[in-house]
Amino acid sequence: MEPILEISHLSITFIQYERGIHKRELPVIKDLSLQIEPGQIVAAVGASGSGKSLLAHSILGILPYNSRMSGTLKYDGRPLTQERAEALRGREIMLIPQGVTYLDPLMKIGPQIRKGKRDAGIRERCRAALKRYELKEEIEEQYPFEISGGMARRVLIASAVTESPRLIIADEPTPGLDKKAAGRILGHFRELAEEGAGILFITHDLELALTVADRVAVFYAGETIEEADASDFKDVEKLRHPFTKSLWHAMPEHGFHPIPGSQPYPGTMAKGCPFARQCRKCTILCREADQISLKPYRGGLVRCLYPGKEEAK
Amino acid sequence: MILQAEHLTFSYRRRKQECILQDYSLSITSGERVGLRAPSGRGKTTLCRLLAGYEKPQQGKVLLNGKALSSFRGVCPVQMVWQHPETVVDPLLQLGVTLNEAGKPEERLLKELHIEEGWLKRYPSELSGGELQRFCLARALHPDTRFLLCDEITAMLDLVTQAQIWNFLLEEGKQRDLGMLIVSHDDALLQKVCTRIETLP
Amino acid sequence: MKPQNQRRNTILFLIVTAGVLILITAAGMLLKDQAVQTNFARKNLAPSREFLFGTDWMGRDMFARTLAGLSLSIRIGLLTAAVSALIALILGTACAVLGRAADAVISWWIDLMMGIPHILLVMLISIACGRGFTGVVAGVALSHWTSLARVIRGEVLQLREAPYILTASKLGVSKMQIVKNHMIPHLLPQFVTGLILLFPHAILHESSITFLGFGLSSEQPAIGVILSESMRYLTTGRWWLALFPGLSLVCVVMLFALLGERVAKLLNPASAHE
Repeated sequence: MEPILEISHLSITFIQYERGIHKRELPVIKDLSLQIEPGQIVAAVGASGSGKSLLAHSILGILPYNSRMSGTLKYDGRPLTQERAEALRGREIMLIPQGVTYLDPLMKIGPQIRKGKRDAGIRERCRAALKRYELKEEIEEQYPFEISGGMARRVLIASAVTESPRLIIADEPTPGLDKKAAGRILGHFRELAEEGAGILFITHDLELALTVADRVAVFYAGETIEEADASDFKDVEKLRHPFTKSLWHAMPEHGFHPIPGSQPYPGTMAKGCPFARQCRKCTILCREADQISLKPYRGGLVRCLYPGKEEAK
Repeated sequence: MILQAEHLTFSYRRRKQECILQDYSLSITSGERVGLRAPSGRGKTTLCRLLAGYEKPQQGKVLLNGKALSSFRGVCPVQMVWQHPETVVDPLLQLGVTLNEAGKPEERLLKELHIEEGWLKRYPSELSGGELQRFCLARALHPDTRFLLCDEITAMLDLVTQAQIWNFLLEEGKQRDLGMLIVSHDDALLQKVCTRIETLP
Repeated sequence: MKPQNQRRNTILFLIVTAGVLILITAAGMLLKDQAVQTNFARKNLAPSREFLFGTDWMGRDMFARTLAGLSLSIRIGLLTAAVSALIALILGTACAVLGRAADAVISWWIDLMMGIPHILLVMLISIACGRGFTGVVAGVALSHWTSLARVIRGEVLQLREAPYILTASKLGVSKMQIVKNHMIPHLLPQFVTGLILLFPHAILHESSITFLGFGLSSEQPAIGVILSESMRYLTTGRWWLALFPGLSLVCVVMLFALLGERVAKLLNPASAHE
């Protein structure tokens, strides 16, 4: 099927001033390629602070002023320019944002969900959306400060689905929600996908992503190091990158065994594989290599010079 | 030592309708790791804030070995670790300064938490959430700390970092006979790390 | 096109502006004697190469008088802005730290001060303090702190609730340490910007009340004095007496305003990386 969103070789760099007047460039996302087909849920999973939110911002055309983007974005087969992004967002492309601060504190909930429109149709859809998330009707007349964080999050999601979006970008939609509420929202994502929307689910929570996603892209230090089917995570042997495997082993139900060390901050690595310091199978070549490219391997994609070396002991 | 919450009732002033906590009691003894689970919006974070002395309950008291917690001077023996480490470190200070503010932590702690020498000279905006959380832990594990309240401390971190931090905390808790309150949405995690699990009403 | 290093440009601009202002101040101080020197042999000369701004009816060099006036204005501005900003810092912090009652009293006081037209207030205080130098300084300094105090109060209120400050106090860090390490560095940008943006106000108000006769005495070569004296000669066609001093006053005030704006932009995290 024709992908609804096609990201190829996307890189995002921040331009910052260090102390004084020296400028420096901070690469936050490097060489990211991702495709989302209608009806598919793709999860982008990475540690907090790894620049995943910027991925969402770049698709919506709301990157901060001091960032620069390279690579191409295609929506529905045509390049997604700034003008197009502005025209489409809020209509076909919907953002479910991370923070409850995205709600206007001075506007009642109802009008916010209806986005200022007043016809009977939108009222009906608004009421249906609230009901779906077990929000009482009275909430329409309340202001954001009067509701709890978890409710606010459900309001944000309800407001995104009152239109009929073709691409939904959910940026950490569930922290602050308990398992049950999170499950309900993810279930709703599934329904939307079945109605034909493509969904990009950005999260730090791999376990949660696995419960709903079709495909999973794993971030490490600003790069996607592996793209796999969600079902591959059932069996550690099917995974491709050593970091993905260590994620698997670190899950509480799989032994809770961490590998030592920590992810380098994006931009601190001059060259070589970013995972080199934590990888047990690291070679001199790994440390010296230029940008390693994402390559197909066993039905997925992996960014590693020697995938599968681990099994070869 | 024993940390007791007796008949706590609390509501935020601006939300007039309902109490967040009503007549709630809980006690934690040293060496215990009490898990706390509840649906969102039921006051788990508020309970932590009350137990650590950041808020005062409208009714009831928080006692440490029978004495009111607010009567302790200097370093509070009950320390809280927050969900979002980036809000708990001063953005304008080098992390080394923040870390040493309440006295230098032991070298051993820095080593076991994998805090690298170079990070001490950096500013909070230059480190990831997982790295910042290690600083917050090192700071909260002051020698005088007896109880540690962990409010979703690894909810925003990746699985590897989560496992590293909990393996460290379990070991440290055993050695120092710390009492812990562990708040999490993740049942698998609670099962793994807690000695007893409570549910908020 | 290579992206420009905006920050370097801004810092260069700041240095040049500050340099110009310092130069004017120093030159005015050096030319003080020349500014009051009378020479009836050369009275009422139009601007020429020798006397750039012309001379007045007593044969005084208007260029020297203007510079001396500006210099005086800048120095008074510096003093009053500094005193004002200090009052603002102390009261703003007191508001936020001393509790509800103090907050209510000070906030009420701020509202009251802001409710009275500035120029009226400056005049009243100046007259009450016996006019002259002390009158002007007291008048301007005691009336300009209100808006900055309000900003600082808001900032401190917010800081007090910041998790990193709460945590520091739970870790036994003393109140003084917290103020020194956590509060002041956060307040500094607001304070510096507020201080610089107070200058143009202070200078203009000083000149206005001197012009109206409630400020500096007429022997002093102040811009307000120069302008009010020149009014009598304007109708006789000696336009240069008012035009050049007036224009230079506007320029100095604009320089300060620009300086403040740029500093604000530099210190504001939302635009610091442009």
